This record gives sequence, C-alpha cells and structure tokens, in this order.
Amino acid sequence: MNVRLYALQRATALVMVPLVLLHIAVIFYAARVGLSAADILARTRGSIGWATFYAVFVLAAATHGAIGVRSVAADWAGVRGGKLDILTWGLGMILAALGLRAVAAVVLP
Amino acid sequence: MRQRTRGHRQSALWIAAMLHRLSGVALACFLPLHFLALGLAIDGEARLDRFLRWTSNPMVKLAETGLVFLLVIHLLGGIRVLVIENLPWRDGQKALATVAIAAAAVAAIAFLVRAT
Amino acid sequence: MAAALEVLIWRGKADGRYQAFTVPLRESQTVLDVVTWVQRHQDPTLAYRFACRVGMCGSCAMTVNGRPRWTCRTHIAKVAANGRVEIGPLANMPPIKDLACDMGEFFAKWQRAKGAFAPSTSRRDPIERIAPATAPRLAADAAIECINCAVCYAACDSVRWNRDYLGPAALNRAWTLINDQRDAGQDARLAAVAADGGCHACHSHQSCQEHCPKGLNPVASIAGLKRRTLQAYVRGEL
Repeated sequence: MNVRLYALQRATALVMVPLVLLHIAVIFYAARVGLSAADILARTRGSIGWATFYAVFVLAAATHGAIGVRSVAADWAGVRGGKLDILTWGLGMILAALGLRAVAAVVLP
Repeated sequence: MRQRTRGHRQSALWIAAMLHRLSGVALACFLPLHFLALGLAIDGEARLDRFLRWTSNPMVKLAETGLVFLLVIHLLGGIRVLVIENLPWRDGQKALATVAIAAAAVAAIAFLVRAT
Repeated sequence: MAAALEVLIWRGKADGRYQAFTVPLRESQTVLDVVTWVQRHQDPTLAYRFACRVGMCGSCAMTVNGRPRWTCRTHIAKVAANGRVEIGPLANMPPIKDLACDMGEFFAKWQRAKGAFAPSTSRRDPIERIAPATAPRLAADAAIECINCAVCYAACDSVRWNRDYLGPAALNRAWTLINDQRDAGQDARLAAVAADGGCHACHSHQSCQEHCPKGLNPVASIAGLKRRTLQAYVRGEL
C-alpha cells in the first residue's frame, strides 16, 4: 500500500457509501415485493439513471475490490512485486468487465 | 515449537478489523458470480426469471442473508476506518465497534425476515 | 491462591519450547521478579533483559500470556489468577536467546521512516522559540514520550504479516517530527512514510494503542500521517 493506492481506495469507498445504502434499500424492496425478472427489467431497461448508478458502482467496486484483495494477497499469501501488480490489475479488469456486461444486460433495451 | 503470541487478538477493535477484511474478500469472491447472474438477462428475461425462481429456495435465501450481513459489516467497518483516519479521536470506540457488528446482524436478520 | 506459581518460560530461539518452573509466590510480585528469581535460583543460563525495573526504560518488555507487556509493571496477581503464567520474548522480532530478542530491524525501520531529527539551524543561530500550545506542537507532544520499548511493534499484526511495514513506533516518531517546525527533513520524511510499507500499510487494528504502556496512540499519529501525505499527493508534492 502506498499513497496513490490509498487515495484511490478511500475515494472509491466514499463514492460507494451512498451507492451501497441505496443498493441495500433496493434489495430490501425487491425481496419484500417479490419482484420477478420481468418486473426488474421493466424498471431498468432504457433507464439512464440506473445505467449511470450501476456503471459508477461497478467501476468503483472493481477498483476498490482489486486494491483491497491486493493488501490481503500481500499480507496472507506472500504475493509481492510484479505478481502483485498483475493480480491487482487482473482482478480489477475482470470485475469491471463482468460488471459492465451485467449493467448492459439489464439496461440496454 | 512456536511461541504463543496471539493474546492481543481478543480486542473488539481487532475483531472488527478482521471482519472488515474477511467480508471484503468474501464480497470480492461473490461479485463475479453476481455479475454473471445478472448477465443472464442478455439471453432474455425468461433466463433471468428461471434463475430468480431458483433463489426462492430457503438455502439460497440464507446465503443471501449472509451476503447482506457481509455487505453491511464491510460498510460499517469501512466507516470505522474513515472515522479513525479523518475525525478527532474519541474514547469508547470498542463499544461502538461492538454496536456496529450487532447492527449488521440486525440488518441481515431483517432481510431474512422480509424475504421469506 | 497457591503458595507457589507455575511458570512457563520460553527457552531457545524462534524454534524452542516452554520450560516449566515452580516459583514461590510473594506479595506484590511482578513478572520481572519471577524471571529474576528463576535466573538466580533455578537456572543461571536463562537470558533476559531489564534495566530500571521501575517502568521507565522499557527494556523488560516480554510476551506475558500471549500479550506484550512491561514485566516490571505487570503484577503476577493480575495475570496469574489461576496460579500459572506463560512468559516469552516479544513477538515479531527474532529471539536471540530465551527472553531476549533481536531489535535490530525495529531500529532500522525507525531510521527508514526518517525518525531522526534533521536540524535547520546551527549553534551560531539564536535558539528558536517554540510556542507550546500551537496545534502542531500539541500533536507532537501527545506522541513524544515514546521510549522505543517495541511493545506496540510486537502487538501489531500488520508488522507480522508485512515485512516492509515500518511499524507503529517508527511512524509515531515520524509524526512528531512532521509536526516539529525546527526540522529540515520533511520532504524526505513524507516520501518515506508515503512509500510501500509506510503509513498506508496500517489497517487500524489498534493493537498498538491498546498495548502501549505509556498510553500513546500510534493509530492517531498514523492517521495524521495519512492525512498529511494525502494532502501532499493531491497537491502533486509527492
């Protein structure tokens, strides 16, 4: 961990605090009402709002998760140097790619 | 034989820090699966619907409850770190840490109750 | 309470064993009293460190029942309620022999964190006046009493898991110097604590603050370093 990674980690964390709270509210609502796929997709398809919300969420989570796992890999699995960078970038890219694909899946008409 | 030097790990604050770390790792493992599940919508809503009906299974609901717990624990743990790093020091942090863990458990149980 | 104490003392180096001794229980006995009794009456080959024996120098720090403490300030009555106590060298530093460990890396990290004062004036300049109640001086004073006993370093899991991590004591001292207006080495110091293994490797487990025998708070000092380095980074100074 250094100042650059730290800045990114804390910034994405701050961004995600309101996003997570809203996401939890959405989860509770969907669970209580018992939404089906049709219900969910009717709300998300073509919505700029949900697209923006979840795209930002995905990118923040991918960055935050990759840096977080980096610390754990270094501390507990002894991964260091170049391998650590490959792991961090790799995880970040996979999460971002899968996440944006999922956003596209529910948002594109 | 190795020395026994783990006595410092009984503090509520250390436990809070470890829950924060472990919940983060668990969420990082869960997230790709979550994205793949949502990506099923690409094949049309019927595909996603079949998946959602599978999630009404009680074991899955229990797992989802666990995930809500992990998310809330990680959020509260993160807020703990942001507070320590940016706000003036306060006493009584141990009590706050314990309360936060309890709050996460309450949130998870609320989810379980509402979803079943 | 029994009239005798069962004491397990670490013998050997990193790979060793706990050896059992039976020690007469005395009133107001400290853990250091127990170790000293064993060395003088049972086994003169037992190696351990102490100096002042009154809680001022920090030399007698050891692991007692799994936690790092000053043994001269740890009463047996508090830690051996069931008549047993386990004593070992401090963690996170390689044992040289029995209860004495090699503190070389601890002090090397102190230097790497730029924990030494870099003067900005000479003896030919007038003495600089430092107002005691300014915010930086108060911050420095709150952390200045560290006597490098390494208890915080021994309690820290980030030190245990990350061999590059400078540790709470070194970073705490760096913070006091960051707040010292007389110091001329701030750029190098900020760069040192902002690098890999610096203050950002601290995850606020708070074991250091919990165990410091002087009641210091390295967590708060390190939080201060995080804020200071973040400001410098955002301004493009790092």
